Amino acid sequence: MFEELTEKFERILKKVTGQGRLSEENISETLREIRRVLLDADVNYKVAKQFIEDVKVKALGKEVITSITPGQLITKIIYDELTRLLGSNGADIKLNSSGITTIMLIGLQGCGKTTFSAKLAGLLKSKKRDVLLVAADVYRPAAVNQLKILGKQIDVPVFSIDSCMEPVKIAEEAIEYARQNKLNTVIIDTAGRLHIDEEMMQEAAAIKAKVNPTETLFVVDSMTGQDAVNSAKAFHEKVDFDGIVITKLDGDSRGGCVLSIRSVVDRPVKFVSTGEKLDSIEVFYPDRLASRILGKGDIISLVEKAQKQVDEKEAEELQKKILSNKFDFDDFLKQIKMLKKMGSLKSIISMIPGVGSAIKNVDIDDKQLIKVEAIIQSMTKEERRNPKILNGSRRKRIARGSGNTIQDVNRLIKQFNEMQKMIKMINKQGGGRGMLNLKKFGLN
Amino acid sequence: MNQLNGTKKMKLFKNINFSKLKEGLSKTRENLFNKISETISGKAKVDEETLEELEEILITSDIGSQIAEEIIEKARALFKKETDRSVENFRKIIKEELESLLNQVNNNGEIDLSKKPYVIVIIGVNGSGKTTTVGKLAYNFKKSGLRVKIGSADTFRAAANDQLEVWAKKAGVDIISTNSKEPSAVAFDTIKSAQKDGTDVVIIDTAGRLHTHKNLMDELNKIHRVINNLLPYAPNEVLMVLDGTAGQNAVRQVEEFEKYTKPTGIIITKLDGTAKGGVIFRIIAEKQIPVKYIGVGEGIEDLQDFSPQEFIEAMFGN
Repeated sequence: MFEELTEKFERILKKVTGQGRLSEENISETLREIRRVLLDADVNYKVAKQFIEDVKVKALGKEVITSITPGQLITKIIYDELTRLLGSNGADIKLNSSGITTIMLIGLQGCGKTTFSAKLAGLLKSKKRDVLLVAADVYRPAAVNQLKILGKQIDVPVFSIDSCMEPVKIAEEAIEYARQNKLNTVIIDTAGRLHIDEEMMQEAAAIKAKVNPTETLFVVDSMTGQDAVNSAKAFHEKVDFDGIVITKLDGDSRGGCVLSIRSVVDRPVKFVSTGEKLDSIEVFYPDRLASRILGKGDIISLVEKAQKQVDEKEAEELQKKILSNKFDFDDFLKQIKMLKKMGSLKSIISMIPGVGSAIKNVDIDDKQLIKVEAIIQSMTKEERRNPKILNGSRRKRIARGSGNTIQDVNRLIKQFNEMQKMIKMINKQGGGRGMLNLKKFGLN
Repeated sequence: MNQLNGTKKMKLFKNINFSKLKEGLSKTRENLFNKISETISGKAKVDEETLEELEEILITSDIGSQIAEEIIEKARALFKKETDRSVENFRKIIKEELESLLNQVNNNGEIDLSKKPYVIVIIGVNGSGKTTTVGKLAYNFKKSGLRVKIGSADTFRAAANDQLEVWAKKAGVDIISTNSKEPSAVAFDTIKSAQKDGTDVVIIDTAGRLHTHKNLMDELNKIHRVINNLLPYAPNEVLMVLDGTAGQNAVRQVEEFEKYTKPTGIIITKLDGTAKGGVIFRIIAEKQIPVKYIGVGEGIEDLQDFSPQEFIEAMFGN
């Protein structure tokens, strides 16, 4: 299947390769193929249509750098847009530091709620929470037993009331039980229900109203098809939830339903569940799912290649500037932006031979970068190009403009001067070979 | 029971109540084919926009982009030759195309009782509704006057045995559930027991497994082999349960499962919601595996024979 997709993409790409400029025509053809890829990944029809429309708007406005093909650029835009729509990395769940934290799980039948509730219990237990699992599924035969057995496996108590058919009451008493037994985290496993079953949906809403959960999580099977939009919307409207859990990602479904759900309900994906073992619970990485939806492997390497070439071009220009000792604040800003794309600063910097120690006293942690960016952005063009003119009053203005103290500004300018000095030193030593390979700096 | 010995083949559901199917599919109907009707009847002729809307309707049923395109293309070509240019006629053509696709295979749920026990193995991914389906099947066989025995070979999921025992009790049938961790041993015991007491139908419930886990799939193959060693003609049926809300991955599931134990039929569940189960069109087109039954609810009676004609009639709201 992936091969088939790759083939398709290659075909599309060939059509646009060698053309310096994207025309409405060849974009629409490419996008038509991509639309099919999305539909085959179970992205909802309407969602796919809207998505393609958005990408088209962006692609048409984009300048094509000569070193990459239009096809690569579109693919990259699609990948980026997809990643953005899927949300942020591993959104955390709220855990109250005092009192009881209640987490309620809702979803359709068979989506994996009971298994996930045990996984979540295990995870929170490992974070030193005192967890109580609550068996509020009174309908499915043996659901209570299932939870009890799972609870035993992870050594977490399970609350249930024999022959009680009122989930609201069970949930309520469970919380009272937790209070009495000094358990600070309650996970309520509710029965699977159909989103069009009014009575059952009301019951879920009633449980929620009664216990007022800290977090309500909507559990969804990653293999879900087009109907995902309907069930997610209904659960959102009738019960409301704070986050999404995607299960059974250890299968090979492409998971397009996540894009569908994210498009109709603005709630983050908080966990993914990837197996039957009770520790197979993971945080969510939108970029990984984006790769999966597009069909993995080759498309992504294409995207990376495109990314690399964009960066390479910038890095080359930067290197030229450095070699001619023309490194200014504008370049500094660009450099920071590039670095930010790559994640943790320290790890990147330490990978560069010779730089680790030289830059040690230039203390920039990742949060600092935002500050630095703000300061540089508050400088005038002239100041950025010619930092020597930064006198006291200019510095004061920049501090005010960027919402920082004058000390912050002074520190940055000092760091910048150190950096310039370092660059000069490296240049003297012979082109910076092996010392500060900015190409490497800009890439990884 | 004895009067059945003379009958070679019998139909599982004698008194199918199609109103239940229609009820179950009512949302489907509203969402799918009433939309088609609206789409078409609102317009004077079948234009590009109409075709696109039809494509949307088909695709949102999980029929898959390729079949949606093919059906529309075919209907379009056929429509060109038609003198009746009405939208109703176009709708009729689409309906016929969908139906002939489903009729490529023999979807009837008859069982052949010339050799006993008749052995059915139930397979599928996690959460597709296997255990519930086993309960419903057992109930229906029992109601038809057959002696039924369930083998609980889901030795993995916590309390799966308990769940199945509740169903067996409801259906009033025997159940074999040992404490063995070996699913094939449960299958062995069930068939041995069935041979002893003259059971008509054996239903083996297996653990849900994702088709990507090779070791679990191997286990399925082993169950199959054990059954086949005891009874060379068995299993008579390997019924794969598919979640009606599933998307295109259902086809992958079938592809992988058939490498280990080939499904002889499909049971598609959860059709009482808004999901349309359109993926069966792809499974029939690509895999030629018939759909035997459909699940339309959580009640023990909510299992229906699958009839393409009724299915499509119900979809169209007739």
